[in-house]
Amino acid sequence: MIRSTDLVGAAMRALRANPMRSALTALGVIIGVASVVAMVALGSGAQARVEANIQSLGSNLLIVVPGAQRGAGGVRGAAGGWDSLTLGDAEAIERDVANIAAVAPVQNAGGQMIANGLNWNTRVLGVTPHYFIARDLAVENGRPIEDADVSQARRVILLGPTVAQNLFPNMDPVGQTLRLNGGAYEVIGVLESKGQSGFQDQDDIALAPLTTVKRRIAGRRGRGDSISQISVKAVSEDLIPIVEADVTDVLRQRHRTDGDDDDFTVQNLASITDAMKETTQTFTLLLAAIAGVSLLVGGIGIMNIMLVSVTERTREIGLRKALGARRSDILNQFGLEAIALSVAGGAAGLLIGVLGAWGITSAMGLPLVLSAETPIYAMLFSGLVGVTFGAYPAWRAARLDPIEALRRE
Amino acid sequence: MPGLIAASALVKLYAMGEETVHALDGVSFDIERGGYVAIVGPSGSGKSTLMNLIGGLDTPTGGRLHIDGHDIGAMDDSDLAVFRNRTIGFVFQSFNLLPRLTALENVELPLIYGGVESRRRKERAIALLRRVGLGERLAHKPTQLSGGQQQRVAIARALACEPQILLADEPTGALDTHTGREILALFKELNQEGVCVVIVTHDSEVAAQTARIIEMRDGKIVRDQHAPAPA
Ligand SMILES: Nc1ncnc2c1ncn2[C@@H]1O[C@H](COP(=O)(O)OP(=O)(O)OP(=O)(O)O)[C@@H](O)[C@H]1O
Ligand SMILES: [Mg+2]
Repeated sequence: MIRSTDLVGAAMRALRANPMRSALTALGVIIGVASVVAMVALGSGAQARVEANIQSLGSNLLIVVPGAQRGAGGVRGAAGGWDSLTLGDAEAIERDVANIAAVAPVQNAGGQMIANGLNWNTRVLGVTPHYFIARDLAVENGRPIEDADVSQARRVILLGPTVAQNLFPNMDPVGQTLRLNGGAYEVIGVLESKGQSGFQDQDDIALAPLTTVKRRIAGRRGRGDSISQISVKAVSEDLIPIVEADVTDVLRQRHRTDGDDDDFTVQNLASITDAMKETTQTFTLLLAAIAGVSLLVGGIGIMNIMLVSVTERTREIGLRKALGARRSDILNQFGLEAIALSVAGGAAGLLIGVLGAWGITSAMGLPLVLSAETPIYAMLFSGLVGVTFGAYPAWRAARLDPIEALRRE
Repeated sequence: MPGLIAASALVKLYAMGEETVHALDGVSFDIERGGYVAIVGPSGSGKSTLMNLIGGLDTPTGGRLHIDGHDIGAMDDSDLAVFRNRTIGFVFQSFNLLPRLTALENVELPLIYGGVESRRRKERAIALLRRVGLGERLAHKPTQLSGGQQQRVAIARALACEPQILLADEPTGALDTHTGREILALFKELNQEGVCVVIVTHDSEVAAQTARIIEMRDGKIVRDQHAPAPA
């Protein structure tokens, strides 16, 4: 009965005898594991970024927008058009819905800002002080918009960090004046950074009083009572579904709709987060599956070389049998060689995959997310590949007839 | 009392398509413990086939073969492996050393399959290599050794697990006359120490060294001659 240490020794010796071939054989598994590890890390990073982005919009947030809900078949006819949401709706929600921390009507606008001979095109949102609460916004420098700014429609503006940097490089923007759509506005503050989102710079924004934007900046869009959206912040996370239902009720009453012909949509950020998570997870899984195919190809590479090795070493196998090796000893030796090849490949692949993930995520500005299970799975899977694809060559070796094997040249 | 090797009406058939080859066609003999036997005969007469059966590398088609009390025909693959490891030492015409292993490691191989622990294994292998006159060549690879030296390593390997029987199929076939004589002298010494030695040979000079000559032809024993006891 052979000792297990001797068994491992024999397998290692066989692999070391031909280091170049061993390395090339393991290469398939190295590439396979590296790409799986990198893809999963990349996917997790993207997911973490998506979650962080949505979180940064504000916690416990519901966003009401005009137009009908997206159905499975795409956008349904926007009953009531895109101006179906009004200031009155916002006031009604504030008055009639319980458990809310803030209700913030918003008017979207945009335009070319000019200051210092520099110009910058950005989104301008018309907001009330509640918007800062609803969206968890903080002012880094200066002051937020106050009730008086809104009631008097003052020509004041807050800049996101990106806008501030581009219009007022190397100087404090607070107190400066800029021109926007033909009017002059005083900069009263700079927002704290919300960071870069995947597709959108959340710091590339400006905030002005709601009334100011509607009257002076938004142009035709700003006329009348209509607004672009209403942000509603629930008091706590578990109250979001109740608030969502109450807001929907209030708006249906006001708009005289019954669900089938709603001309507004209440977006629940938590459910959007879930949907996005699911999407990125599916995407990650898909990438990992494609990478997994290369792992499979790596396994086939191992099987191929092990079969060649069994043929080459037929005489050795015959001799070992003559000296007292049992079928199981030969099976174990060749099986171990395959497992050692693929586990070593798995370890190298893990290292390369982590380095690769680090490189790609830092290039894409994504967080590097590595779970503690990654190395365990990497080793487990490469071991499994070794067992699966090493089994057949090892079985072939084990059942060789010693007399014929010894006769082989 | 039956001998160490007891064969009766031993038959080995090989199916070659339509035809059946009678490689062994009813062979009976006894070889006692400590015997020294040469098996001779023309090519294809069944000598190697007989050796393979005695060595437990193959099982008979018919008849009975008992070696050291084991019924070769009744053993399964795993039993045969253990039997080969403990009871038999093989010496081949082409040495069959593993080229990547040193002389020492080659001799250790049977001990590995015997489950002998590393340190004891090395001690035993070194002692055996000294015994065959290669105490200075432990770390040499087969390619760094002469043919005679390689065959000595192979003999040391065959002796590793203290077998009862040493089976040598044309052990001097690949060696020059002088080296062949040295190897034969080694066999003789080992036989005198109590190991049963069975040699297949074409060489009448080799056969003349032994105590008994079994001659085969077409799978049958045609002559079984005991040499006169040495004076
Ligand atoms: N695996 C096999 N399949 C078919 N026939 C075989 C097989 N092995 C041996 N034979 C046949 O059995 C007979 C005896 O062969 P064996 O090898 O025992 O002869 P031998 O006496 O050792 O000859 P040599 O002196 O040439 O080595 C031969 O006719 C050979 O062709
Ligand atoms: Mg022969």
